[in-house]
Amino acid sequence: MQPSITHKPAQVSLKPSQLYLLTFLRVLIGWHFLYEGLAKLFNPYWSSADYLMQSKWIFSGLFKALMASPTLLKIVDWLNIWGLMLIGLALMLGLGERVACWAGAVLLLLYYLAAPPFVGYNYSLPQEGSYVIVNKNLIELAALLVLSVFRTSRHLGLEYFLNRKKVSSAIQAN
Amino acid sequence: MKDKGKQSPDKENISLKLTRRDILKGLATVPFAGALAISAWEKLSSERARKRLILEELGLTEEAPPEEVAPSPKKKELIRIGIIGFGGRGESLVRSLGFAHPDWVKRKAKDAKKNRFDTGLQDFLNQEDLNVVITGVCDIFDIRAERALATAANDVRPGGGKRKLPGAKRYRHYQELLASPDIDAVIIATPDHWHARMTIDAVAAGKHVYCEKCLTRTEEEAHQVYEAVKRSGLVFQLGHQNRQLESHFKAREIIKRGLLGPVNLVETTTNRNSPVGAWVYPIHEEAGPHNIDWAQFQEPAPHKVPFSLERFFRWRCWYDYGTGLSGDLLSHEYDAVNQIMDLGIPYSAVASGGIYFYQDGRDVPDVFQVIFEYPERNLTLVYSATLSSGRNRGRLFMGHDASMEVGNNLVVTVDYGSTRYKDKIKNKVIDLSLPLFTFQPGARGIDTVTSATEKYFAQRGLLYTYRHGRRVDTAHLHLKEWLECIREGGQPSCNIERGFEEAITCHMATRSYLEGRKVYWDPVKRRIV
Repeated sequence: MQPSITHKPAQVSLKPSQLYLLTFLRVLIGWHFLYEGLAKLFNPYWSSADYLMQSKWIFSGLFKALMASPTLLKIVDWLNIWGLMLIGLALMLGLGERVACWAGAVLLLLYYLAAPPFVGYNYSLPQEGSYVIVNKNLIELAALLVLSVFRTSRHLGLEYFLNRKKVSSAIQAN
Repeated sequence: MKDKGKQSPDKENISLKLTRRDILKGLATVPFAGALAISAWEKLSSERARKRLILEELGLTEEAPPEEVAPSPKKKELIRIGIIGFGGRGESLVRSLGFAHPDWVKRKAKDAKKNRFDTGLQDFLNQEDLNVVITGVCDIFDIRAERALATAANDVRPGGGKRKLPGAKRYRHYQELLASPDIDAVIIATPDHWHARMTIDAVAAGKHVYCEKCLTRTEEEAHQVYEAVKRSGLVFQLGHQNRQLESHFKAREIIKRGLLGPVNLVETTTNRNSPVGAWVYPIHEEAGPHNIDWAQFQEPAPHKVPFSLERFFRWRCWYDYGTGLSGDLLSHEYDAVNQIMDLGIPYSAVASGGIYFYQDGRDVPDVFQVIFEYPERNLTLVYSATLSSGRNRGRLFMGHDASMEVGNNLVVTVDYGSTRYKDKIKNKVIDLSLPLFTFQPGARGIDTVTSATEKYFAQRGLLYTYRHGRRVDTAHLHLKEWLECIREGGQPSCNIERGFEEAITCHMATRSYLEGRKVYWDPVKRRIV
């Protein structure tokens, strides 16, 4: 039986269905990040203050301290907006995918830690679903980690051009 | 592995020449980014267009009311203040003036260390220096008088170290304080039964007055105070700090522009549920007849009773010293509505209620309702209060075209039966499931609500912000306004005219409750009948 994933120089090969579905996932997450960033950028009233203010669990002191300082809050807001947009764009276009995956995962981890859906924790902000321990932030985080391993951008995405060059020069060097 | 005849399949696939297939692979996901850009643009621009349309229709700007631009008082004359009554309210007012007791500073510093979120001390120190000193204190409870003296001398304050604090002198009787040439203006924060006499004597002594609400305990006193203050030409401010709330300025603008259509009903409430909220204040452990001048305390009260710690510390529970919910909380609610709508004194009042929860010997009701009629304005003002249920019922202005809820923030919701907005509702410019707009003080101004989440924030008032860098204490602004008027002339926002309206309205409610009948205001005789 042919292994479906073989290690060639800097390349993971995937069955077409695997490649297309993983790319679809990448584009969806990219879309989500990019639009979240854009919506915040164009809403002059948005601030992360409310999210931080309702923080619970062991890191709540840290998150609330961020909120309590006007300067830090400004930085957090700025990083959030531009982080979301850049990560989203990178995932959608397929450029710098691995960095984007990890950065996105870190961001989601922070969202998760600020307000983890643990038993007995209730939040004042409205949530669109019902969660215990696992919420959509955590699932999206896991999906990003999966993407960071498969790196579909090398097959479908701007990274293909870079990868093509690398692979071809590697092969030619042989 | 070089074989000119047989190229490896890899090499075949990965030649450096870009084929159409290569380009497709590299740019495969770009169209999605394009699709997002187009959809995002559509969504954001339609929201903006809707907002613009609404604001144009309303003739409102997005701006917050102009921020205070009063010139810095530091360059101007120092005002020497005397404080009469240094209980909880007095101490808090003096802090708004820029003076805190050393214990308070210590406690708040500790709180800030424990919780970085607690910025009470920093907010206090950041407060504007109002260029005042406290030169006289009067309290008939020795411990509070001592506390006032320590507060007046504490230089840990906004603008601390800039000038030598003279420290204050203690006076046993307020008339001795009023006779002092070292005092320009007084703050009266005593129980209500003292307000009239002290205000009248203060203006007679040439002192400007900041007096806590309710203006007086009785109607008769209200007339006397009104006459005395009018005659004196001195600056009088009643302690309704709600006059400084940004949301109230905006609400006033909205009413003025008629955005709600004809307002026919205003509902305002008090909802408290704690012993302190019901005036069961703590009794000081060391207090007793040896350090409280009881005779002086009850001198203007209609009934004289033996020394009572309860009555001294929890005076709001008895008509001998105040008017219960009328003077304490209806007064604030009424003044807020009067500020927003210029209602003036009502045509009639009917009140009812009872002592239903706090049956602790008090004689003022803990559940209290009043209905005020304003036939000339075609509206009714309803006040409803309970001291034993905390469910928040807000302050509502109900108009034919829209309703407005005003608290710290402000939410306007269009009515489904509106005539004015009929077309906009039909054309879906106005979405009835969302507020028409909200106003968050401290935020950037008016926002038309575009999502359910924002609606939620607006209603809960969760969106408080540090964008302007600091939270402002309304009592500080109210005192500052009073001081500005003393220095530069002019009338403060809660002057004697507004104070008189407040007092008469509250007394109409009290009289109606006590006499069990509907009472009227006779505008010619200027008497409650």
